[in-house]
Amino acid sequence: MIVELGHFALILAFVIASLQAILPMVGAQRRDPVLMAVAGPAATAQFLLIAVSFGALTYAFVTSDFSLRLVVNNSHTLKPMLYKVAGVWGNHEGSLLLWMLALSFYGATAHWFGGQLPERLKARVLAVQGAIGAAFLAFMLWTSNPFLRLASPPMNGHDLNPLLQDPGLAFHPPFLYLGYVGLSMAFAFAVAALIEGRVDAAWGRWVRPWTLAAWLFLTIGITMGSLWAYYELGWGGFWFWDPVENASFMPWLIATALLHSAIVVEKRESLKAWTMLLAILAFGFSLVGTFIVRSGVITSVHAFASDPTRGMFVLAILAVFVGGALTLFALRAGALEAKGVFAMVSRETGLVVNNLLLTVACFVVFIGTIWPLVAEILWNRALSVGAPFFNAAFMPFAIALAIVLPIGAVLPWKRADLGRAMKPFAGALALTVAAALLAYAVTGGVSTLGPLGVALAVWLVAGVVVDLWQRCGRGAFSQRSGRLMRLPRADWGRAMAHAGFGVVIFGIVSLTTWAVEDIRVLKVGESFDLGPYQVQLMGLSDETGPNYTAKIADMRVTKNGAEVAMMHPAKRTYPIAGMATTEAAIRPGIFGDIYLVVGDPQDGGGYAVRSYLKPFADWLWLGGMMMALGGMLSLSDRRFRVAAGARRTADAVVAAE
Amino acid sequence: MKRLAAVLTLSLLASPALAVRPDEMLADPALEQRARALSQGLRCLVCRNESIDDSDADLAHDLRVLLRDRLTAGDSDAQAVDYIVARYGEFVLLNPTTKGANLILWGAGPAALLAGAFLAFSVTRRRARAADVAELSAEDQARVKALLEDTPG
Repeated sequence: MIVELGHFALILAFVIASLQAILPMVGAQRRDPVLMAVAGPAATAQFLLIAVSFGALTYAFVTSDFSLRLVVNNSHTLKPMLYKVAGVWGNHEGSLLLWMLALSFYGATAHWFGGQLPERLKARVLAVQGAIGAAFLAFMLWTSNPFLRLASPPMNGHDLNPLLQDPGLAFHPPFLYLGYVGLSMAFAFAVAALIEGRVDAAWGRWVRPWTLAAWLFLTIGITMGSLWAYYELGWGGFWFWDPVENASFMPWLIATALLHSAIVVEKRESLKAWTMLLAILAFGFSLVGTFIVRSGVITSVHAFASDPTRGMFVLAILAVFVGGALTLFALRAGALEAKGVFAMVSRETGLVVNNLLLTVACFVVFIGTIWPLVAEILWNRALSVGAPFFNAAFMPFAIALAIVLPIGAVLPWKRADLGRAMKPFAGALALTVAAALLAYAVTGGVSTLGPLGVALAVWLVAGVVVDLWQRCGRGAFSQRSGRLMRLPRADWGRAMAHAGFGVVIFGIVSLTTWAVEDIRVLKVGESFDLGPYQVQLMGLSDETGPNYTAKIADMRVTKNGAEVAMMHPAKRTYPIAGMATTEAAIRPGIFGDIYLVVGDPQDGGGYAVRSYLKPFADWLWLGGMMMALGGMLSLSDRRFRVAAGARRTADAVVAAE
Repeated sequence: MKRLAAVLTLSLLASPALAVRPDEMLADPALEQRARALSQGLRCLVCRNESIDDSDADLAHDLRVLLRDRLTAGDSDAQAVDYIVARYGEFVLLNPTTKGANLILWGAGPAALLAGAFLAFSVTRRRARAADVAELSAEDQARVKALLEDTPG
């Protein structure tokens, strides 16, 4: 009964979304307030209906209702409750429903908090949002219905892929979806503005909260995914340039560019057409990502060819929305006249460089991701594009970005003097060079990439300090430090995000260049040296989990005779899913992780043991979280609230312009 | 395709070993290090975007052993990789070659950057010129001053 209710709510949501797509758009065109007024309540209703539908599916998973095909394929009665719930979105159909839940939620927030938006703009934004919703609801109902019943329900389910039974992965997709889908708001705002043929500073202000929110969720999602890969997939890798990872990374890169160019629109009324294009592309890449993941086209062209319905449907959605928006852009972009002029050296050009690097970097990732497909179709050539290509092709952009960022961030608007802007950086530059030399000396010159990375990280963080200090104006030390605490939150957010970028670079570089690895056979009682530590295998025991059995090793890590940690790497076997996973034991630390993995018993006795020291590994995720925190700080700044229109209170201190 | 799926399923069902197993490692550390570096650029053909160095699959194990055999036999890095490419095809290379159409792949980034930089530069210069025009000449400033003084109040 509850399941039927969910199914019905989903169908009703489709009807409502279709109305929301058409009526307000017609209303805005005819300036009919009654039709335009449909948009808001429809957005709310659509959200509520999808929430009901999502609730019903969750109920089916929690109660293990095996009359639903989806539950049979992805759940099991023995599965822990957390994963029963996470199982709702651990599959194609359910994750689409979550995707829709997020989409309709964003649409509804435009109604709830968008009181200040001009009526026609709001109607058009919600209409575009409704159209996206209707398209995806149709996709669900016709090709991926989560509520399909089975005529003869089995006694139990097939269980969820054990790799996915992990707290990190349980919450990683929802964040990514919130990110992907949040970009639909920027898209809807761009399309609405293009239809109106008007983009002004206010537009830049309105679109920012949603873009920022989307970016922030993507950042969290990607960071969590990378952390999950680090501790669950095996050897402490954190990024594999897998098509699925790239699918989330491309929108992130464009969203980052969009965030920055929207500032130029808001402050200087410049780069308008470019910002529109980015807003379209950001969501476009979200859809491209969806297509890549859902169609399986990248994993294998043949897998796609054998069941092309879903892939073709997403492709059609992609073609209609992105193609339509780009056509609209081509027709209307000329009408968006730029007001602000700027000189060759100015903050505007700094942000143009930022945008150029980020979009070209995204293009490189894109072409690398689809290249195997292109080569197969055009030249019938089966080839792979893997991590070595992406590392080589992507790194220069990251490095260039890190070099120009601190300078660009302090340049004044409109016209700047590079020499004068560089002056306060003398100390930061000296510190950077010193750090690079130190890193080179300490590590004995194993790699040049390591010291370079350290230098970039120090440069970024020192640059942030210079930037913050510059913002405090002139005067005595005490005056300036007094102003520091009163800087707007957006400034702190920016500082936090930029410093986070530096910390991420540091983490990546340390992790990849200075890791220590050891592979050996270890018998119970034996020990070996791992860097400054001694590791001893004390014994092994068996454990039975809710839906798995495990072999757990007890390993004692000592340093100079003193115990540092008892660690328990394990191997799990999931009999229902017929899979085994290795559960690494990780002892995290500020200076690095100890990472132990235990494998199979060997013929001559003993167990295969793989161990690592991963210096400063956790800084990578710390940096990611700093970036996300920066986004949150910015989002909480009153200036970016949607309601904060022209009203600006007098207590706003040193303006961030 | 079905066969590939079957292989995939089997490799998952088989109790996974530790990717590089202790028994397959070479005694000579320099040689072993070369083998490891090369393995990272070779794809495990039945896996999803995994190098043979990272993969637990049996095929990856076979390839690792094959690679080590070649290196022990005295092959150079390039010879050993060529040997494997000759048997398994270009698909095995995670780092695409720079041959033929792949030049487009490698050149796309730099080309896009140059094109973008040129575009951004020309647009910015046009804007900058506009900015220069917007600056008032001494004559204009004198006129503005005169006009302002004329204005009552």
